[in-house]
Amino acid sequence: MLDDPLLKILPFAILLLPLGGFVVLALFGDWIKRDKEETGAAWLACATVIISFGLAAWTTVRLYGLVAGEGGLRFFQPYLGYEWMEAGGFSVPYSLLVDPLSCVMMLVVTGVGSLIHVYSVGYMAHDEDRVPYFSYLNLFTFFMLLLVLGGNLPLMFVGWEGVGLCSYLLIGFWYRKDSAAAAGLKAFIVNRIGDAGLILGMIFVFHAFGSLDLVDIADNAGSLAPEGLWEFGPATIAALLLFVGATGKSAQIPLHVWLPDAMEGPTPVSALIHAATMVTAGVYMVARLGPLYHVSETAMMTVAVVGAVTALMAATIALVQTDIKRVLAYSTVSQLGYMFLACGVGAFGVGIFHLYTHAFFKALLFLGSGSVIHAMSGEQDMQRMGGLRKRIPWTFWTFLAGTLAIAGIPFFAGFFSKDEILAAALGHPVLLGIGLFTALLTAFYMARLLFLTFFGDFRGGEEAEHHLHESPWVMLVPLILLAIGSAAGGFVKIPEIVQPVFRLGHGHIPHVAWLPVAATLSAIAGILGAYYLYLAMPELRAGLASTFRPALRVFAAKYYWDDVYNGFVRRVVVRGSDLVLWQGVDNRVVDGAVNRTATITGALAEMLRPLQTGFVRQYALLILAGAVALLGYLLWP
Amino acid sequence: MSVLNQHLLSVLIFLPVVGAVAIALSRRESETLQKILGLVFSTAGFALSLLLVRGFQDVAGMQFVERGRWIPAWGISYAVGVDGLSLWLVILTTFLTPLALLGSWSSIDRRVKEFVVFMLLLEAGMIGVFVALDLFLFYVFWEAMLIPMYFLIGIWGHERRIYAAVKFFLFTFAGSVLMLVAFLVLYRTAGVGSFDLAVLVAAPVDPALQVWLFLACALAFAIKVPMFPFHTWLPDAHVEAPTAGSVILAGVLLKMGGYGFLRIAIPLFPEAAVRFAPLIGVLAVIGIIYGALVALVQPDLKKLVAYSSVAHLGFVMLGIAAFTTTGLVGSVYQMLNHGISTGALFFLVGMLYDRRHTRLISEFGGLKAIIPWYTAVFLMISLSSIAMPGFNGFVGEFLILVGSWPFSPTLVVLASLGVILAAGYILWMVKRVFYGEPTNPKNEKLPDLSLREAAVLVPLVALAFFMGVASPLFTKRIEPAADALVVQVQERTRPIAAASLGPVAPPRASRADPAEAQR
Repeated sequence: MLDDPLLKILPFAILLLPLGGFVVLALFGDWIKRDKEETGAAWLACATVIISFGLAAWTTVRLYGLVAGEGGLRFFQPYLGYEWMEAGGFSVPYSLLVDPLSCVMMLVVTGVGSLIHVYSVGYMAHDEDRVPYFSYLNLFTFFMLLLVLGGNLPLMFVGWEGVGLCSYLLIGFWYRKDSAAAAGLKAFIVNRIGDAGLILGMIFVFHAFGSLDLVDIADNAGSLAPEGLWEFGPATIAALLLFVGATGKSAQIPLHVWLPDAMEGPTPVSALIHAATMVTAGVYMVARLGPLYHVSETAMMTVAVVGAVTALMAATIALVQTDIKRVLAYSTVSQLGYMFLACGVGAFGVGIFHLYTHAFFKALLFLGSGSVIHAMSGEQDMQRMGGLRKRIPWTFWTFLAGTLAIAGIPFFAGFFSKDEILAAALGHPVLLGIGLFTALLTAFYMARLLFLTFFGDFRGGEEAEHHLHESPWVMLVPLILLAIGSAAGGFVKIPEIVQPVFRLGHGHIPHVAWLPVAATLSAIAGILGAYYLYLAMPELRAGLASTFRPALRVFAAKYYWDDVYNGFVRRVVVRGSDLVLWQGVDNRVVDGAVNRTATITGALAEMLRPLQTGFVRQYALLILAGAVALLGYLLWP
Repeated sequence: MSVLNQHLLSVLIFLPVVGAVAIALSRRESETLQKILGLVFSTAGFALSLLLVRGFQDVAGMQFVERGRWIPAWGISYAVGVDGLSLWLVILTTFLTPLALLGSWSSIDRRVKEFVVFMLLLEAGMIGVFVALDLFLFYVFWEAMLIPMYFLIGIWGHERRIYAAVKFFLFTFAGSVLMLVAFLVLYRTAGVGSFDLAVLVAAPVDPALQVWLFLACALAFAIKVPMFPFHTWLPDAHVEAPTAGSVILAGVLLKMGGYGFLRIAIPLFPEAAVRFAPLIGVLAVIGIIYGALVALVQPDLKKLVAYSSVAHLGFVMLGIAAFTTTGLVGSVYQMLNHGISTGALFFLVGMLYDRRHTRLISEFGGLKAIIPWYTAVFLMISLSSIAMPGFNGFVGEFLILVGSWPFSPTLVVLASLGVILAAGYILWMVKRVFYGEPTNPKNEKLPDLSLREAAVLVPLVALAFFMGVASPLFTKRIEPAADALVVQVQERTRPIAAASLGPVAPPRASRADPAEAQR
């Protein structure tokens, strides 16, 4: 590896810019926003992320200036020279890891992040709390970058928890709304369940493999003996514990329940945190530890099955949502499932590829829905929309690009990545079937969204129609750039770029000619289905709805996950703690024993009290009696 | 300077006493003067205690040692010193005392003179406990410290203060009487004619007797920690104590339990300690989960924080039970973290109480809109308390969990539930107090943090953050002492375990934590 002095500094600069933005805004925000439009703070936040993006691109270029190591891998580990913690042979250095994978992630985070920052300038222009908003957004960018740049698991975990914190703050951004506050709390706690798994995973990795450094873990994994199905060796335990963390952050079964509620946050937040970047952290982690996962068949199978089942389940829920953002939220859960499916069948690079294309089209779709909501003066129910295509044409055309991309229409970005995922799953017929069927569902619910929103007649009131307006340029430019990415982004060969990181050879996936055709056909079938049901022959819907009523009821109830969890938390955890632990054990048993001891002591004392009469003559008599008794005892033969 | 260094610990102990005497001699009416004097003396103590940090060498063994004759007939001496286990606890004491005085500047409005005097005497007693190297001296400081705390709760407390004060006193006293008995028995059986800790450690006691002596001491310390099921004095004491009392109680007094294990119970009775480690570990984890679950359902803010202490100190005790270098360093560090984050939480709750004269969660709601700076500080301290990485709590908990894994993976897995529950009880409370619309009209005109309150809180927040990102600055001073303790106990217990004495736990890999660091 050639030494590059610039590479030692650049990654830290990339990190510190958004952090600096946060600090400045948090401490001096009120002072900065004194200009008339009060956009100074907002543009400062944008600037830090845009410059970070530039530096990330530069870093990538410099990285490719290094001499490649084994397997064509170029990497670099900048080290600050300090430790974060250190005790008894355990230590965590402040070190980063720059390699093709972290470069891709960095560019996605800062690239899409910049666009969403800029979009927010328009979207949040009338919110009185926009200074804290932009400070949180900057803080989020910092933590997300730390997550993808951290050179060891604990440092990655700092980013991991930090983005969770920002997510919590931003979901609950409109803190006066009870639903927003509740959604933030739910997101944090569900994520913490995953985090506990991740913490245990890290501890286990340290004790089993002796190092938490990402490069060490990947290198050491190569020498581990493969662990078959249902064989719980160290690699399997480590991988499964860490995967618990991934299911939390990336909203996979059974910890997916927080993401749909997270839509309470401002829409650009949904685009940045809950679609393009943070929720993909679990995929990033699994891919980053790909060599370790690859050792364990059990872990791989778990990842693939959880991903596939989540993809299918979330897609079916998305079919029946009427809130435009909720459709997209379940769609995100479903697409994340695809990414895990790819990782689980060993195509880690393809998982990252889908992560990358998804960042474009899902950010685009969320921002587009934000533009729709903006036009509708805050309305999110698609049943009150319709015919918006002519009123907000820029939004419509860009949204169309996003829809085609996610549906997997050929030559749009999503087509390539989804096709690769399906190809990778060829050896697993059931998973492949789920993947193809979910592709159909995806096309259907997205087309349904598109038709309900932009086609037909406007179904809102006259008042709402009067207010309809296209968004300002500051919001449209990011949409257009993301639309370009969604259309053309698939031509970048991400899997080839990141493959050396996984140390699994070239990773070439055999393709069969019928697969892209089948995928395209299922996408078209989905779109056509939605066309007939929602535009051409809406009268068919009632009949279908009655045929599938039981299934639709389950979809609408989100498979009852929330009900079960809420019941458990309310009835078992809270009531049990209250009645059994606090009032029972604490107050009755422990304090009861303490107070009873006190009472008994008191009662004993009370019994002895009559002896203390205070009559001197009585005392004298007793002393005399005692003396006589003692004498008698001593003198007795 | 060197003269000062030679007697630094005595100066630290007796400076507050001098202050207390000076204040006691002042006129009752000059309350402001008394407060200022209290602040000056305690701040001077803090400044002087920093000399300890400056002069401290990162090696095992006692430093700044002073020895004087006291009752030579019984082998009792005045011996004090600090090592890595006690250094930061002394600093924590001198750091929190001036803050506690500043924090109760306006909330204590009667018997100010006695209040300041008791606070300073309490400080002297606490420092004494942390630096005493003679068992008798330790016991004297241990009991001496009870008296001012008893009065702080009993005089300046809230409605049920008498019940709480008596309960506090009886619980701790019951434990410490047994401890005294243990000390006396040890003095008789060891036959070295000395109460000096180092001398006694070097004179091993019969393992069968150790069990009883260890249990007696462990009970005293477990009550102080407090460990489940000896914790029920804590919520009452906290709820009834004035803010300064709660801060000192949670911040410093509880640490004496953990410290007592490390300084007294384990080195003196290592075989027994190893034998009872599994029991302590299990009780610690019960404390983590139980404390968190009970905290979840508390309607009173202060009780919630009090029960959270039970959970936090469960982590500390887990690390001590695990007895690896990493775990011990984590435990000592977590004691400091708890002192800072829980101390700050009690300050914050007290500030809210000063404004509204209630601590019921249901009385609040939507405070974020009314007092944003207070909310921001509360949130940051909450994050420290729930072990968010980047704040101090995470480092402590993580080191404890890493260090406890070789002891018992099961206990570590169960303890990790505490990580989830902590977020539950703290953030649910945050939601109910700060989020939503401000519905209670009584809260509409609450003032935000005053300059004095900010001066109390900013150092705590800054330290919580600094200790979260630069932990080696602190832990490298703790580590040599922790490591030496682990080695010392292992050397004592290994032959016993080899002779296979029934259910004695096997010696655990501690220094043999796998592999060296990554770098």
